[in-house]
Amino acid sequence: MTFHSDSVYKKSFHIEGKTFQNAGYVSKEVKTLLQNMKLPQDIVRRAAIITYEAEINICSYAIRGDITIEISHKEIIIESIDEGQGIDNIELAMREGYSTADEEIIRMGFGAGMGLSNLKHFSDSFYITSQAGKGTYIKMVIKIKNTD
Amino acid sequence: MTLKEVRDILDAEVYVGHDQLDKEVKTAFGADLMSDVLAFAKPGSLLLTGLTNPQVVRTSDILDIAAIIIVRGKQPLPETIILAEELKIPILGTKYILFETAGRLYSHGIVGCIERVSEKRDLS
Repeated sequence: MTFHSDSVYKKSFHIEGKTFQNAGYVSKEVKTLLQNMKLPQDIVRRAAIITYEAEINICSYAIRGDITIEISHKEIIIESIDEGQGIDNIELAMREGYSTADEEIIRMGFGAGMGLSNLKHFSDSFYITSQAGKGTYIKMVIKIKNTD
Repeated sequence: MTLKEVRDILDAEVYVGHDQLDKEVKTAFGADLMSDVLAFAKPGSLLLTGLTNPQVVRTSDILDIAAIIIVRGKQPLPETIILAEELKIPILGTKYILFETAGRLYSHGIVGCIERVSEKRDLS
């Protein structure tokens, strides 16, 4: 699959919250999709990590959420929007090591307070907004370097 | 080093990947926290961990981990084995503790996938 300069591929995935039953399914699908598009390996890797962390966040903290991935020839935009507890203090939540995870999340190997900082770290631009008691919206962009 | 050599050094049981024991590995990462694995592990590395749930396999798949080594004699959960078979990710289990597992591999030439964290993490 190759892109014309103006074409955009967009797909949304629904994720159930408060359960790890299917955690990782969506990121696997996204990774396979990007690999099939023959995008550079490091781009696929970063997008897969971001989608996975975003998915784990929804599985851990939200009631439900959606992850949308939008791919053009110049960038990948990954958006995560969820309904749930939201984040009280974003600055604090962004800090590595800060976590509000419960035992189940920790038992699964998460909740180390690295999720949000990983999302920011692996994206070229990162935007987060949240309302406590309502939900969280995160937008991340990965730039695809033009090789031609 | 091949996975077969890893198995022998660690006196390990092969739960998944009997057909992949010729796979070559050079580096490893060890952690029980999957978010740390996501932050620091590199493609093609071994993952040494005490976690046994399916998220270990999901995380390894996302990162292209070469094989999972479960330490401290823990056994992978049945659903973990099923998922690893589906995604073709080898799982070995050893009775050695994490420290001993890492030490034995290191003394045979396996090194960390990164030596230490830098203030500014790289994106590779």
